[in-house]
Amino acid sequence: MSQDMPREKLASLVASFMSYSAGHLPDDVKLRLTQMSEVENEGFAPEIYKVMKKNMELADSLKRPSCQDTGIPQFFARVGSKWPYMDIVEDALIDAVKEATAKAPLRPNAVEVFDEKNTGNNVGTHSPWIDWEIVKDSDQLELYFYMAGGGCSLPGFSKVLMPLEGYEGIAKAVFEQMTTYGVNACPPCLVGIGIAGSSEVAAKLSKKALLRQVGSHNPNPKAAEMEKLLEDGLNSIGLGPGGFGGKLSVMGVNIEQASRHPATLAMGMSTACWAHRRAGIRINPDFTYDFFTHKGVVL
Amino acid sequence: MSTFEFKTPVTDEDIRKVHIGDVIYLTGDIVTGRDDVHHRVVIGGKEPPVDLKGKAVFHAGPIMKKISGDGEPDKYKVISVGPTTSMRMEKAQAEFLEKTGVKIIIGKGGMGPKTTKGCVDNCAVHTIFPGGCAVVAAEEVIDCEGVEWLDLGMPEAMWKLKCDRFGPLIVSIDSYGNNLIENNKVDFNIKREKALEDLKGKLSYLE
Repeated sequence: MSQDMPREKLASLVASFMSYSAGHLPDDVKLRLTQMSEVENEGFAPEIYKVMKKNMELADSLKRPSCQDTGIPQFFARVGSKWPYMDIVEDALIDAVKEATAKAPLRPNAVEVFDEKNTGNNVGTHSPWIDWEIVKDSDQLELYFYMAGGGCSLPGFSKVLMPLEGYEGIAKAVFEQMTTYGVNACPPCLVGIGIAGSSEVAAKLSKKALLRQVGSHNPNPKAAEMEKLLEDGLNSIGLGPGGFGGKLSVMGVNIEQASRHPATLAMGMSTACWAHRRAGIRINPDFTYDFFTHKGVVL
Repeated sequence: MSTFEFKTPVTDEDIRKVHIGDVIYLTGDIVTGRDDVHHRVVIGGKEPPVDLKGKAVFHAGPIMKKISGDGEPDKYKVISVGPTTSMRMEKAQAEFLEKTGVKIIIGKGGMGPKTTKGCVDNCAVHTIFPGGCAVVAAEEVIDCEGVEWLDLGMPEAMWKLKCDRFGPLIVSIDSYGNNLIENNKVDFNIKREKALEDLKGKLSYLE
């Protein structure tokens, strides 16, 4: 096998994976939206859900990105320590972004800071952004691709609270952000919250929280309780689909945490719009794969 | 709630018929314009290269595909075109209305008091197309008649679209100074304070 073979194979597989996920929501998101649409039977909500459903069907039948904003490309890679192609992963992901941008097609979103020029192919300085984790004793590459658009990225923020502001301080900041910026972020959103000792760790965890399934729970019972309390609290506000009002507000609240410093309670918040195009795939050394967020799909 | 079918050029008389919560389906000329177009026209003071009088400006950055062959005049097709967050244009929207004569703004989410006043002063409306529904919208575009300011990049350029019954466009700001989303926010804020009150004592994890 020549040195280029794995790079081409990986790039081609990842490009197909990206293109498919641009037009198809993951199974858990589709299920939650169906459940929510059955509850939302007043005002503008039924009409909005009807258009959302039609859009998902058209994106599938016409093989198009379901939203024009296909985000600035971000990968979250969990690389097995025994994955045999470490050297080519990054290059292959960059190739994949170029290929998917041309073929899907994805919207070119990478704007070079200071030069203020769109690169035209989604590749630029630190774009795609790749987050790396090493998984010991594994020979697989687990890859998440997340298309976060501008609208649902706008509510994102992180800050460091003083511990005596407490977990209620986190709730207050999240609720205020959702009733201001959240209305514009294509609700019903999935809300990701990170809690840690410094702002950048909290921010990163808040994004990782969005990679967890809708309806999943934090393994810590208190964190799971907080997820439920915030979800119920936000739903009682009734933002409805598109911010037009309704019985519900969010697809869920996912919290991820890291130990904090005794003197800081840092929080981060990220939101995912209803068109939460999160896709996850586990790739084996022979390039067979498990597209686990979209069961049964063959790329 | 009433439903209206409008054709461009939209007139002041048309606009005065509609109120917040009404729905418009628009046939005719829609031009995309978002952050950079508003910046260039209002802050940069440049004349827009498209006559926008009586037309709609669409806060949207589409995915376009070039369908013309080599040597042929440029021709594009809309792949996906949904609304972007209108609030980003709040700073410049009122002046943009005044300079261009746009009658209908299409976007998503609400806009603020400056735009509300701009809609009153210029007899215009802000409307919301359901966010994230970009293929539905693309299918309501019959033709792309060209592009201006493509140097701004694909999402920021002015794409000239011919549309057929483009909608639903839910009126969020009318020409009488009413603002649907701001009204909703008043209600959301009251419910938010109650929700936070209900949480008191339930998140006491500090020991």
